[in-house]
Amino acid sequence: MANLLLEWVIKTIVILLILVTAVAYVTLMERKVMGWIQLRVGPNRVGPWGLLQPLADGLKMIFKEDIVPTQASRWLYILAPALSLIPALMTFIVIPYGSEINLFGHRVELHVTRMNVGLLYILALTSVGVYGIVLAGWSSNNKYSLMGGLRSSAQMISYELALGLSIVSVLLYTGSLDLVDIVEKQGGWPGHMGWNIFRFPLMIVFIIFYIASLAETNRTPFDLPEADSELVAGYHTEYSSMSFVMFQMAEYLNLITASSISTTLFFGGWNGPFVGRLPFLGPVYFTVKVLALIFMAMWIRYTVPRFRYDQLMRFGWKVLLPASIVNIIITSTVILFLR
Amino acid sequence: MDVEKVLFIIFGIVALASALNILLQRSPLYGALSLIGTLLALSALYMTLRAQFIAAVQIVVYAGAIMVLFIFVIMLLNVPKDQPQIEKQKGLRYLAIPFAGLLIAEMFFVLRPIRLSTLPPIPSGNAEQAVGTTWSIGTALFTDYLLPFEVTSVLILMAVVGAMVLARREGD
Repeated sequence: MANLLLEWVIKTIVILLILVTAVAYVTLMERKVMGWIQLRVGPNRVGPWGLLQPLADGLKMIFKEDIVPTQASRWLYILAPALSLIPALMTFIVIPYGSEINLFGHRVELHVTRMNVGLLYILALTSVGVYGIVLAGWSSNNKYSLMGGLRSSAQMISYELALGLSIVSVLLYTGSLDLVDIVEKQGGWPGHMGWNIFRFPLMIVFIIFYIASLAETNRTPFDLPEADSELVAGYHTEYSSMSFVMFQMAEYLNLITASSISTTLFFGGWNGPFVGRLPFLGPVYFTVKVLALIFMAMWIRYTVPRFRYDQLMRFGWKVLLPASIVNIIITSTVILFLR
Repeated sequence: MDVEKVLFIIFGIVALASALNILLQRSPLYGALSLIGTLLALSALYMTLRAQFIAAVQIVVYAGAIMVLFIFVIMLLNVPKDQPQIEKQKGLRYLAIPFAGLLIAEMFFVLRPIRLSTLPPIPSGNAEQAVGTTWSIGTALFTDYLLPFEVTSVLILMAVVGAMVLARREGD
């Protein structure tokens, strides 16, 4: 028991460290990709290829003054960034990033914990994550912040439905809410044709899921809560210093988490060639797939313009939601006739 | 003392304290936030009972969807926190005490047999089939309670259509 507890603690700390580092370097990646797409160079002064840029950014942010507006609800204003960062960090404990490896003669399963409600756990945390943004918007005592918070709550409620319903189709195929089970079921012949993305209705489901997850993570074209051209910076207009950093971290963590969930549900998780014989390849495949999906989100960000607000709502309720419901029916029919 | 008892006491206190806070708060937003605290603590209590599905659904449905709507409406209306719109009907407050007493009496009547019985033992090696997991709830819903389940869905559909009719503006 004590041994198991120690293993959990070590795994959690390692995951936390990896995530925080990953967030720093995803911001660098974002700027590099943006530069590349816009035919620029991107940050390249601090360290080789700008590799130390995240460090410099972090140092700069720490030394900024932390400002609380005079009329703000002080406690909520301070609490809000934490409320958006903590759920973003908590999601990762159920995501499997490998099978089992032998480490110092000890079998280690490459996931922090497995729950038989893993997917619901993630959905629960994403729905709680809204509060950080909403309360930040409300407590700042700023009309732009409030608009951003209101938009964010409306948007997240609308797209959560499509997100949840598109997951149902995946569940119909795998028959389990446990993410480890879902990955193992996709492990078929030579390790890639069993992926859910290669099954008939699930390709369409992936498109719905991906669009909804972009909206859930507030990425362009769905970044209405912080639409710069109309709302200054939306819900985090008033924030500075480390509380601003916490919002940024939460945003990039959500991007990483969304990409990891897409990888787990549709792209076979850690499955890949030879992963059965060489289990340490699992995390490598997982990372590569997640990075590819993150790149795709960035590509979309710098090529697609922002939605108008009414378009966003109409698209969510009149296109994505019916599409995901129809997909559940198609998936169930396909499963019924295949068995 | 075992871990579960400690967790029960911690989350029980959190649930009760935030429930009390709902009554004491004058600002509707803080009241709604305290309600979320209660719901989260309840979900943690379900978790200590190994009812993982119920715990997750509690957060997804109540803390995630319904309370976000509450807060959305509170923020949209932006009720000033100094002027709570109560005290309109002063006679009602004298009715409150007997009704509260009646509710508490009912609660004791309902809860008394539960306190005497114990939880069903967790089947060893077959945690999937314990009470409150996805498997057991799904099986129960689609076998023993199929008719009520389907009737409820029709009821919800009716409510949705009704809400649409009520919300639609004239001339649309």
